[in-house]
Amino acid sequence: MNIRKYLKVYKKFLHTSLASELEYKTNILVDLITAILSLIGSIFLLSIFFQNNGYIGGWKFEQALIIQGIYTILNGITNTWFNPNLTEIVKHIREGTLDFVLLKPIDSQFFISLKKINPSGFLEIMLGFLLLLFCVRINQINLSLSFLTLSLITISCSICILYSLWFFISTTTIWFVKTWNAIEVLRSFLYIGRFPLNSFSFSLRVFFSIFIPIAFITTIPSEVFLGLSQWWKILLEVIVASVFLITSRKFWLFALKFYSSASS
Amino acid sequence: MIFNLINRKIFTLLKVQYSNMLEYRVEIALWAISGIIPFFMLNIWTNNNLNESINISDVLLSRYFLCAFFVRQFSVVWVVFSFEEDSLMGKVSPYLIQPLNPFFRYFAQHLAEQITRFPFAVIIAFFFFIFNPESIWMPNLGILLLSILSTFLSFLIQFLIQSIVACLCFWTEKASSIERLLFIPTLFLSGLLAPVVSFPAYVKSWIYFTPFPYLIDFPANLLSGNETNISGGLSMQILWIFLLFPLFKKIWSEGTKKYTAMGS
Repeated sequence: MNIRKYLKVYKKFLHTSLASELEYKTNILVDLITAILSLIGSIFLLSIFFQNNGYIGGWKFEQALIIQGIYTILNGITNTWFNPNLTEIVKHIREGTLDFVLLKPIDSQFFISLKKINPSGFLEIMLGFLLLLFCVRINQINLSLSFLTLSLITISCSICILYSLWFFISTTTIWFVKTWNAIEVLRSFLYIGRFPLNSFSFSLRVFFSIFIPIAFITTIPSEVFLGLSQWWKILLEVIVASVFLITSRKFWLFALKFYSSASS
Repeated sequence: MIFNLINRKIFTLLKVQYSNMLEYRVEIALWAISGIIPFFMLNIWTNNNLNESINISDVLLSRYFLCAFFVRQFSVVWVVFSFEEDSLMGKVSPYLIQPLNPFFRYFAQHLAEQITRFPFAVIIAFFFFIFNPESIWMPNLGILLLSILSTFLSFLIQFLIQSIVACLCFWTEKASSIERLLFIPTLFLSGLLAPVVSFPAYVKSWIYFTPFPYLIDFPANLLSGNETNISGGLSMQILWIFLLFPLFKKIWSEGTKKYTAMGS
């Protein structure tokens, strides 16, 4: 695999999709307001939970805000890359245009996952970072090098897990054609990532750590932020992330064997 | 005679759309599953004993969230997404020639989808009762009919709001992003994630003047047997419908004058 070639191609992708998205300038503004309102809404919901309680699942309000920050960043990444690209797979398969993707002298997963970009998601990512910075101040977290590397590692693992989940579900389109709704189900489950895992009952906690590893996506990075995380948890997250990435890749290659173009 | 004709039209539309919807059973089942967020919220509420502070017992709260789930299931509206696609693809043109407002078609689609959705919602409720046997109850017939009415009114309000947004498609290409913006206050203020009673006083002072609490909170309270002002709620729902309907008619007539089919 030639990394320089892929970088060059990605630059072209960026250029074309930014150009087409910036055609809709007010749309980006509307999306920004949506992101801000949605953050305000979830902080409002959180404040209702903490109205008469000091702790939820062992988390203070200031600490729970970290989870919101990380969720907002991940949601921004989802809206920037995963949502515009992976929902496109459904269209490719329904209309048979996946043929053109497969014929290109470039890795099909790379093409399908990174072709498009939605710039309004950037603003959401920035919003999440701002909230995180605010949390660092109110929780009096010391920014040391080891802290920064650990949080970077865990957040990138979360991104990998999230990407694999999305990619996995989108891949099933090859058999079921319309999986747009399955993505909607995933979205509603991911919504749980806004809250500390410990605030749920035991059975849900098990479900969200094993079947849909939402626990790994937001709770572990937040624990790293608070300096509460144990080494084995971080290690586990790295392992889970690599397993997810490798399986989703294998699954895509497996699924392609069953692809039989449209109307053929 | 005229009434009979309208009746026949509506009946035919419903029949066609229902058979159309039955084709996509799996899809609709997935839609139903994606609406289970209220149950996750219930889990947070009861698992952290948050309901003690707002004086609602566990049983009543679980009934509330179950009803919120039901009300949401039967008041989901997506007309703007269908209309946007049809309008961008130019499919609206043939509809406009027909002696029937195209929105009747979408309206029938929604009703047909609700009928298809009903068994799936019942199955989910059945599982809910298996896990929470103490919350089984039977509302009396009068209350049941009233809450079906108020759910339908809630659906009408949302359908009108979204149709107004959908008409913006005549002016802009991305009306759905405005809908996504409007969805945020609906999500957080309608009572889907937390009952309106639990909101802080500074929100409660103005929220009852907005349409939001009548979308989910009011019908859910009515059905679940929680305290609510029945006549006040119903009259507010009807008031909002009377306010929104003329607005829709106005924007529709303005929009159709503006409409130019794609490629013309």
